[in-house]
Amino acid sequence: MNKIPDNRAWWLVLPVFILVAFSALIPLMTVVNYSVQDIFGPNSAYFVGTDWFREVLQNENLQASLGRQFVFSAAVLLIEIPLGIGVALMMPTSGRRGSLCLILLAIPLLIPWNVVGTIWQIFGRGDIGLFGWALNEIGINYNYTGNTGDAWATVLLMDVWHWTPLVALLCYSGLRAIPEAFYQAAEIDRASRWAIFRYIQLPRLKSVLVIAVLLRFMDSFMIYTEPFVLTGGGPGSSTTFLSQTLTTMAIGQFDIGRAAAFSLVYFLIVLLVSWLFFTAITHLDKEK
Amino acid sequence: MKMNKRKGFGISIYIVFVLLPIYWLLIMSFKTNQEILGALTLWPQNFTLANYAVIFTDPSWYNGYINSMIYVSMNVVITLLVALPAAYAFSRYKFVGDKHLFFWLLSNRMAPPAVFLLPFFQLYSSIGLFDTHIAVALAHCLFNVPLAVWILEGFISGVPREYDEMAYIDGYSFPKFFIKIFIPMIRSGIGVTAFFAFMFSWVELLLARTLTSVEAQPIGAIMTRTVGASGIDWGVLAAAGVLTIVPGLLVIWFVRNHVATGFALGRV
Repeated sequence: MNKIPDNRAWWLVLPVFILVAFSALIPLMTVVNYSVQDIFGPNSAYFVGTDWFREVLQNENLQASLGRQFVFSAAVLLIEIPLGIGVALMMPTSGRRGSLCLILLAIPLLIPWNVVGTIWQIFGRGDIGLFGWALNEIGINYNYTGNTGDAWATVLLMDVWHWTPLVALLCYSGLRAIPEAFYQAAEIDRASRWAIFRYIQLPRLKSVLVIAVLLRFMDSFMIYTEPFVLTGGGPGSSTTFLSQTLTTMAIGQFDIGRAAAFSLVYFLIVLLVSWLFFTAITHLDKEK
Repeated sequence: MKMNKRKGFGISIYIVFVLLPIYWLLIMSFKTNQEILGALTLWPQNFTLANYAVIFTDPSWYNGYINSMIYVSMNVVITLLVALPAAYAFSRYKFVGDKHLFFWLLSNRMAPPAVFLLPFFQLYSSIGLFDTHIAVALAHCLFNVPLAVWILEGFISGVPREYDEMAYIDGYSFPKFFIKIFIPMIRSGIGVTAFFAFMFSWVELLLARTLTSVEAQPIGAIMTRTVGASGIDWGVLAAAGVLTIVPGLLVIWFVRNHVATGFALGRV
């Protein structure tokens, strides 16, 4: 649609601008301000320049946390995107069973994140949880609070349970938008099931998949509440991700300068990776 | 036909996977603590509503739900009020800095809430809004407003501009056109946006917990009370968890006919 040039449109955008400036720009400036100072009390702060940034980038604790975060987000994307597409392809296309499926799938998305943690905390326990109990019964020694591998598996399984429905619902709505004529044409050509997926469904899913990949990357990269409730970041610090490291630093240890510098680095990484994903995908689009 | 059967089987397995943990929470909320900690039972042997009674008779418990509902509703209303005109502007007009502004808005959706914890706490304390519902509602606008503008922009771009022009020819003023004609035309988009705003505000806890202490404390923060000196009160914890799922179910029921188009966020 061609748009009309008209600067008066700013009046319509102004409320959003003011609101977001208030709730994002002011706090962000505060963070920037802290990140270049060493603060001992309300009246004793002095300028330290880029010291905090240098320290944050060299801090082994943070590097380890960042590494875990990347592994986690990569695993989340690799599991949830294909699984979500698969689920969407299997869903009934219409009628009562279709809408029932939609509602049931959407349930995990509407559960508060701390409750998601609680659900899996209970479900995975060997003594009172069905999942943990069943695994131990069939002879698998499973204990998510003591064993690092089990903790990782549980956190990942929880995230898959929690967020795959979002990918599935996005893809499902993308699939619904494909005209019936495309499938009829494929049938006349005796296209295989794979060919239909590869040349009809997948290309039409591209726009929703961009959204799904970006949303899943951003949200998995910022994950805090669910693993915090489930494992508390343990055992040791094996499931402590970036947001938890940051929160402990800022609220727990009140290490404001370092936390602020870390915050900015964190935010920049999210922006950068999101931008890379976005340009990579749109670039692929142009080449074709 | 064979294909369909296999599909039906696959989707059923997946739905069982989705429902099983919730089922476990649900039946746990009807058990006594002795039964929960005793032998594993797939169905409550001594069916009890005592866990729910604890929540419904104690104001410090049920106020948590009320607090959460209040700030979520406020957030949905604020989000829609500011996002609607902005989305219209982005969809219809070219103006100085429009693209930059749009990307800047979206970049806020990428900001980890943990980054904003401390500055939010200080900002809202300094203007006397700490521990109020409006503070949480405003804080949640950080990620809801950009998303709402983006979803609504998609829906609005689906409405041909001829409608706008026809309304002007018929002598409608802009506000009158917007409220009387335009908003009813994109009402499913508004419903979907409200659904997403509700969803992301209802499930968020980190900011909500940091910005409140007593008066506006969300249910998620109150649930930690079940951890006491004598261990965890599993029954009450499960009941409280089940009750946090109910509002979401009601909301999804209302928008069930728009979910399929809704999840495409107006962009397919």
